[in-house]
Formats: sequence, C-alpha cells, structure tokens
Amino acid sequence: MSYVIKQQGESRSFPPGDAFLAGAAARADIVVHLGTPVAADSSKKAVLVELDSEYLADHVADDDAAHANVVGFARFRNGTDAPSPLVELVRMRVTSAAAVASAKAMFESAGFTVVVCDDQAGRILDRLIRPKYNAALRFLDEGLATAADMDTTCKLGLGYPDGPIERVIRGGLGHHCDVTETLFRSYGTPAYAPPRMALAAKRRGEI
Amino acid sequence: MSAAIKTVGVCGAGGTMGAGIAIVAARAGFDVICYDTADAALVKAVDQSRAFFGKSVERGKMSAAERDAVMARLKHSTDIGALAACDLVIEAVFEELSVKRKLLGALDAVCPEHTIFGSNTSTLSITEIAAGCKRPDRVVGMHFCLPAQLMKLVEMSPGLLTSDTVFKAAWDWTVQCGQKPVKTQDKPGFILNALLVPFNNDAIRAIEAGVADAASIDTAIKTGLGYKMGPLELIDLIGLDTQIRLSEAFYPVTLDPRAACPPLLRRMVAAGLLGRKSGRGFYDYAGNTMFGA
Ligand SMILES: NC(=O)c1ccc[n+]([C@@H]2O[C@H](COP(=O)([O-])OP(=O)(O)OC[C@H]3O[C@@H](n4cnc5c(N)ncnc54)[C@H](O)[C@@H]3O)[C@@H](O)[C@H]2O)c1
Repeated sequence: MSYVIKQQGESRSFPPGDAFLAGAAARADIVVHLGTPVAADSSKKAVLVELDSEYLADHVADDDAAHANVVGFARFRNGTDAPSPLVELVRMRVTSAAAVASAKAMFESAGFTVVVCDDQAGRILDRLIRPKYNAALRFLDEGLATAADMDTTCKLGLGYPDGPIERVIRGGLGHHCDVTETLFRSYGTPAYAPPRMALAAKRRGEI
Repeated sequence: MSAAIKTVGVCGAGGTMGAGIAIVAARAGFDVICYDTADAALVKAVDQSRAFFGKSVERGKMSAAERDAVMARLKHSTDIGALAACDLVIEAVFEELSVKRKLLGALDAVCPEHTIFGSNTSTLSITEIAAGCKRPDRVVGMHFCLPAQLMKLVEMSPGLLTSDTVFKAAWDWTVQCGQKPVKTQDKPGFILNALLVPFNNDAIRAIEAGVADAASIDTAIKTGLGYKMGPLELIDLIGLDTQIRLSEAFYPVTLDPRAACPPLLRRMVAAGLLGRKSGRGFYDYAGNTMFGA
C-alpha cells in the first residue's frame, strides 16, 4: 500500500536509513506526518500523525468530524534502543473505522505488527511498563535485591529476554524520567512518579 | 555433595510444587523423604516422578540405571516421623500461615537441632512462618518456580532471625542441585511476584479503562518487549482466581494501589471466567477468541 511522507526533523519511529522512509511514494491516499503540522484533508483515506509522548488530541481537536481520518501512531522504542517492529495506532472518538483499517493495512504491508489503542497517556506500552520499571528502580534503592538478581529473576522466572533494570538503563534513565513525568502529569498516581535514579540521571544531563 | 546436607525432606510432596522440588533434590543425588498428609496425592506424585524420569531416559538425559537409582532415592510417607533423619526440610504445603506455622512446630519436635527448614511460600512472610518453630534462625525462604523440576530460579530470602551460616548452607544446596538462586528480602512477593502481580493488574485496568482489548495489549507486550506471553494470556494460564488471591495477599500488606484487585477481575471470576481451566478468561479457549469480542 502506498503512502507519502511529510517530514520535518528526525523521526523516532523511522530513523535515517529506515526502509519505511525509502518505501514512500510521490502521491498516495495515505499521508504520514513525521514532525510536520497536520492539515485536515478529507480526500485522503488516512492522515497519520507520528506521536511521541503527547496525545493525538494535541495535534487536532478530537471532537471534530473533519478529523475522522486522522490516526496517530508511534513505533515502540525503548529510549535509544533501535525501534521495535510494533506500531501502536491511536484513535480518537471521531476516528473512523475505515481510516484505522487503512492505516493498519499500510503498516502491516510495510512489515510491522500493528495494535490499536485509544488516545490515552502512554498508549499501551509506556502505560504498562513504566510503573514496572519504577517499581524495579525503587526496589533497587530499597535493597530488595541487586540489579543483576532482579534481572536474572525476570529472565529465568518469566522468560523475558532482558530484565527491567538492564532495559530501563539501556533505554536511558533520562528518557525514562521524561516519559514518567508526562505520564505522572496525566494520571497523577504515585506509580508513574519519576523515581530517584531517573530524576538524578536527568538532572545530571543524561539522556 | 554438601557435607552437611545429605537427606532432604519435602512436605506437601504430593502437591504441584512439592513433587517438583522432590525431583530436583533426588536428581541431584540427595536422599529424599516425600511427606504429605494426603496418601492419594503421594501415590500420584510417585507416578508423575516415574513418568518424568522416564522421559529423561527417552531423551537421552539419563540411563535406565540412573532412573532406577534416582527413583530409589525417593521415599514416600504420610508419617511426619519419617523426616527425623533430614538435614534440610522444604515445606510446600497449602499457602496458609497457620498451616505452615503448625507444620514447622511439628517438625521442631521430629527433626534434629541442625535441620534447616526451607519454605516455598509465594506470598507469606518467612519471619512470620519461622515464628511457628523454636529455631527461627534455621528457617530460610526458598521460592521455587512452577514447574520446579524445569525452572532453575530459586528466590532465597532470610527471615529477620535467619543466621548467615544457615542461609549460606541452603544457598549452596540449591547450587548443588543445579538451580540458580537469587538473594532477596523477606518482603511480599520477593522479586518475581512483587513485579508481576501489579503489572498483571495494570494490564486488566488498561482494559477497564478502554485503552485497548486483551489481544492488542498482549500483542503489544510480546512484539514491543519480546516477552513470550502477554500479561492477559499469562493470567488466563495461572487462573484469574489465583490472580485475585495474589492481589489479596499483597495489597493489605503493601497498600500499593497497583496490587489491589481490579473490579473487572472480580466480575470475571464471579461469572466463572477463570481462564484456561474453565475454558474462558480473557480469551475463549473453545474458539480462542478474545473476551468481549
Ligand atoms: N503453584 C505455584 O505456581 C507455586 C509456585 C511457587 C510457590 N508456590 C507455593 O508452594 C506451596 C504449595 O503450592 P502448590 O501449588 O504446590 O499447592 P498444592 O495444593 O498443589 O499442594 C499442597 C500439598 O500440601 C499437602 N499438605 C497440606 N497441608 C499439609 C501438611 N500440614 N503437611 C503435609 N502436607 C500437607 C497437600 O495434601 C497437597 O498435596 C505454597 O506455599 C505456594 O504458595 C506455588
């Protein structure tokens, strides 16, 4: 399925050299905005907007039927790790099922695994994993176990490919701080409050 | 083999975990006394051990002679007195503080002074269990994973009064058994369940909040993080009723809102949707479709 790309600056989902960038057409029914302002265009099957930690509703009003074909997306990436094959598609109240279906088909034909979620803070993955990383970092501070033992427990006991501490550190504690700060502002629950290690890393200027 | 530990007792050896722990110990060359109050459960466990080691022979992991030798090291009894010669006794009986305390009290009377008591509890405090006997310095948390005969991890935790020497002896024993011990503290859920139970509840809450459906959440977790199973598939496997029990064990102690049982989980259990064992949980195992679809 063909798509055009409108890009300004570097995309978190598709870093320079990513095959998805090379696969873009000159004209198509699907427009993918990577950092460019979103303009309503009802002639398109779908207008896709790359998201970071913001809401899709930060870009377009989510109660205006003129935006029924606007779909948000983010390719999941653990901080500075290479992007994963997962694309989270974000729908709003006014988003049409047809626009979501077009966006899904386009990303799937480009080789991604696609899930659909509502326009809520953290989408699926950050919403679920950030509180877990926060708990693991707090446990480390409290002396529950060493980082290595916590990671080993998750790998051997749950079959994870890596443990929570090694993963959150690899992705960048500064990045974790940024994500949790945004989530905490939205949800207000202690589970999302940036933990000591992440705050300190951020204040030291680490990514 | 450890100079100190030669004979190992397993209490609740007719149960899921006890039978697996007995296999681990016998496979490592220890004499094992399998004790359970339920005779029928012990008989079943013997059959399961024989079948397990039979498969090991088929797969070329041990010879028939080794299988016979390992089976001969496994003795079974419904008499607690049979544990009198044990150097280490690991309990894997019902997850109730009063049951475990009473058992340790009874073991106190049966076992010699040097015997170490290990507890496989998942949710209870090692210190509180140890208070049931007169040797709290010789009680150690030894949390094996299901299925114990295949999973290498053992979360080891000292209680408040556990002596360093005893902890080290129990630790060394798990290493001798080919297990991988990790050290943690006597806190609710140790490491694994302390991270997993709230995470699983969060996944249920994401459904409640309308973020996405179960299949999308599981797919996101598996594809994005490389986990073998999504949280909702895992809850279906362990049982939704078990997830409630774990939440109810942790929340009153930790007051962590993430550990509190999500209302959707209670509604599903009330409706008989227990997961794989009832044929339907977050997924329907008749057609393998998703709950609510
Ligand atoms: N099932 C799991 O996934 C799992 C994982 C790790 C730890 N654990 C822990 O292991 C322990 C056992 O769990 P399970 O799932 O194997 O239970 P289970 O119900 O399968 O087995 C318990 C066994 O203990 C026996 N028993 C009960 N009271 C006894 C007593 N006073 N003396 C001797 N035998 C007695 C029962 O007859 C039964 O055979 C619990 O503490 C549990 O929290 C369970």
